[in-house]
Amino acid sequence: MPSVSMTVNGKPVTGDVEARTLLVQFLRENLRLTGTHVGCDTSQCGACVIHIDGIAAKSCTTLALQCEGAKITTIEGLAESNGPLHPMQEAFREHHGLQCGFCTPGMIMAALDIVRRNGNDLDEHTIREQLDGNLCRCTGYHNIVKAIQAGAKAMGGMRQAAE
Amino acid sequence: MSATGIGAAVRRKEDFRFITGKGQYTDDVVRPGETRAVFVRSPHARAKIKKIDVSEAKRMPGVVDVLTGADLANDKIGNLICGWMIHSKDGSPMKMAPHPALAAGTVNHVGDAVAVVIADTLAQGKDAAEKVRVDYEVMPAVVDPAKAKSGPQIHDVAPKNTIYEWSLGDAKATESAFAAAKHITKLDIVNNRLAPTAMEPRAALAEYDAGTDHLTLWNTSQNPHVARLVISAFIGITPEHKLRVIAPDVGGGFGSKIFIYPEEVVCLWASRKVRRPVKWTSDRSEAFLTDAHGRDHITHAELALDANGKILALRAKTIANLGAYMSTFSSSVPTYLYATLLSGQYDIPQIYCEVDAVYTNTVPVDAYRGAGRPEATFVVERLVEVAARELGIEPPELRKRNFIKSFPHQTPVIMAYDAGDYNASLKKAMELADVKGFSKRKREAARHGKLRGLGYSTYIEACGIAPSQAVGSLGAGVGLWESAEVRVNPTGSVEVLTGSHAHGQGHETTFAQLVSERLGIPFDNVSIVHGDTDKVQFGMGTYGSRSGAVGMSAIVKALDKVEAKAKKVAGFMMEAAEGDIEFKDGKFTVKGTDKSVGWGDVALNAYIAHKFTGAELEPGLKETSFYDPTNFTFPAGCHICEIEVDRETGKTEIVNWTAVDDFGTVINPMIVEGQVHGGIAQGVGQALLEGVVYDKDGQLVTGSLMDYSMPHAHDLPSFKVETTETKAPSNPLGIKGCGEAGAIAAPAAVINAITDAIGTEQLAMPATANAVWSALQRATPRAAA
Repeated sequence: MPSVSMTVNGKPVTGDVEARTLLVQFLRENLRLTGTHVGCDTSQCGACVIHIDGIAAKSCTTLALQCEGAKITTIEGLAESNGPLHPMQEAFREHHGLQCGFCTPGMIMAALDIVRRNGNDLDEHTIREQLDGNLCRCTGYHNIVKAIQAGAKAMGGMRQAAE
Repeated sequence: MSATGIGAAVRRKEDFRFITGKGQYTDDVVRPGETRAVFVRSPHARAKIKKIDVSEAKRMPGVVDVLTGADLANDKIGNLICGWMIHSKDGSPMKMAPHPALAAGTVNHVGDAVAVVIADTLAQGKDAAEKVRVDYEVMPAVVDPAKAKSGPQIHDVAPKNTIYEWSLGDAKATESAFAAAKHITKLDIVNNRLAPTAMEPRAALAEYDAGTDHLTLWNTSQNPHVARLVISAFIGITPEHKLRVIAPDVGGGFGSKIFIYPEEVVCLWASRKVRRPVKWTSDRSEAFLTDAHGRDHITHAELALDANGKILALRAKTIANLGAYMSTFSSSVPTYLYATLLSGQYDIPQIYCEVDAVYTNTVPVDAYRGAGRPEATFVVERLVEVAARELGIEPPELRKRNFIKSFPHQTPVIMAYDAGDYNASLKKAMELADVKGFSKRKREAARHGKLRGLGYSTYIEACGIAPSQAVGSLGAGVGLWESAEVRVNPTGSVEVLTGSHAHGQGHETTFAQLVSERLGIPFDNVSIVHGDTDKVQFGMGTYGSRSGAVGMSAIVKALDKVEAKAKKVAGFMMEAAEGDIEFKDGKFTVKGTDKSVGWGDVALNAYIAHKFTGAELEPGLKETSFYDPTNFTFPAGCHICEIEVDRETGKTEIVNWTAVDDFGTVINPMIVEGQVHGGIAQGVGQALLEGVVYDKDGQLVTGSLMDYSMPHAHDLPSFKVETTETKAPSNPLGIKGCGEAGAIAAPAAVINAITDAIGTEQLAMPATANAVWSALQRATPRAAA
């Protein structure tokens, strides 16, 4: 069985995987990082979105072996344990952007990528268009859109404060 | 109102674990030595199983066992059942066909499981499943419910594939009313078949403990106690006291996770056979093939009116497709959850409804968000809107003329509405939607080549399901009360054990709000425990918008008992008569004095028991209640949808959505609004996008999220959501329930809006761009004039 090494949430990890092992299986089963979910088998739902080298990707459509040497960030890596939440996580809570919670990790990870690509001042139309790769059955998206808008703004505020 | 009490928009307790990836869903649970179950499923809609050869599969690497329907029968595992008896017009009982967890002899829908592979890993299981050889003799399938009666007979017990031919109401009186009518509006309606599609696929993990002969099942259930009862008492896997069912975090249900499915039964049975834990997690393709679908009605409906637009009578004839087998509550959905709501918000003297339920070679159909009530609302609200157009009366005006205005109101179809103000929600919605400015917006849209339309839906639903005696008399096999146990700890913190499972509804927050307000203790000192049959004694679970009206009422009753006992303890502590103790804001005071003790002191004294003898009072502070409602509740409201249709492409865009709902008391407006948003999205999905499609051979065409069009963020607008309030008189908090309203109201509002815009009523759901464009080509372009 081939071996694969990558950095996940800042920690170096190595594992033996079958060639067909998906990144999401590696994360969930080998590393027990179960915050990344599988909601479909056709890359539609986005519950499995994580970041590979800072860019959002669907871990259900990525082989673990493709990620040799990559830096992976999952929902578990957004905030330090016992540290403050990431502003996007905080915004989802504040704006009731989740109900059952299953799509939420993927939504938050996709939202961060929307901010990366479109900046901190996001209008509703942009957010709705950019969420094309993520499905939610509970919220009707109304509060997810509000949460991403507010989270993006808060991230901008933090960056300015840091500068 | 306190910052965390009833009526406050408290942020949710449960969110932290979900936004940090620490939720614990069934597939996240791993047991030592766990195996994976992979099902071999029928590729045919209807076929005889001539032979199953598992020998090669059994030799594959990592395979622990391969089991078939014959093994299941040898072990005398019982059939899955439908728990609600419906009788036909002629008095005969419904025709429930055998439903084994693994097919024996015949398969009856694509996806019907014929064998299961138990393997060390999922990949090994999948590889081995491909080596199971099944020799089928394909038979012609019944797919179209309209032709089911004349198709080949699927089950021996059900001639003409008919499960029941049921009716409700007075046929003769309704006919007389129609004979006297000045105007009759007629509609043919197809209520499209839907796939519930909770984002978390179903999953089950079973573990057998040979030392104690106990089984544990983790599964994606909305009602773990009901699952335990059915799996033990009816399917006979193991006695009830030897089965523990845990429904941990569950990623959405919408009805589809109420039912008892073959896969959890097979996992339990297999785990005892192979003496290792067995896990099955559905993939999405499997979910489309096996999760119970919703709706699927074909209806002819008529409305009789007099010269003034007063409704005289309504009649409907419906064919309901229940699929290949009767799912757990399938029989009740097109009967007592449907025809009983055909009075809508209107004073209709006579109603008569006939429902024929049929078998087809499709996946079973059962309750999906709203369950029967969206179908009823669609019939009533389409009829009323079309009648108004035909009579030249403004749709809201026709509604107002017919609204029920005094309560209680007995409808001709069982329900006794107890409170409501339908004019209030209509009026408020019309103001918020700026109906006055609509004609101007319509003219403006026309200048851009767009057809603008406005559609109303003044819906009603029956929630708070349900008074046990009443539903028992209608055929329900269970009571529909709820239980609660309030455990006060010596330090004064509180655990509430509830039978109301939460899978997105936020019970951990709203239930804690109730306790915090009632006992005057901090919100953070309250924990809500649910979803484990070893912790919660019994519960009927979450569906039918019942957790507030029924589940919280049970908590109130238990809190009443806690308060009564705590007063006794306080009386002993302050040497005062129990009757002189008052309790407010977490403090017990002796009436007319300044003597008081706090909640925490009383809790501690209840447990240390130093101030009273065992003869005077039992130590401890823990109370239980079983609350059985005395009536349904009747949430109602008005949704107004404004759309624009692109004349060239037929594409519909929702430009405004206004919802004004009367849910009675609102515990947490943030959560209630969220429920409304989600419900509307599912209703809009039904109206514009979603539809399960089978081809003529019974192959599922919409078998993935690439083919089944669930709403995306860009398919929907933001919603204007407000409430009006009349309290539900039947429960102590005045709650009516909010979980299904959006899904019930929305489809009629959307279709009323589009038909208003395009000038024809001949438009089926889902109103895709193609469907609307085609309707436009057929229509006399009324709106274009």
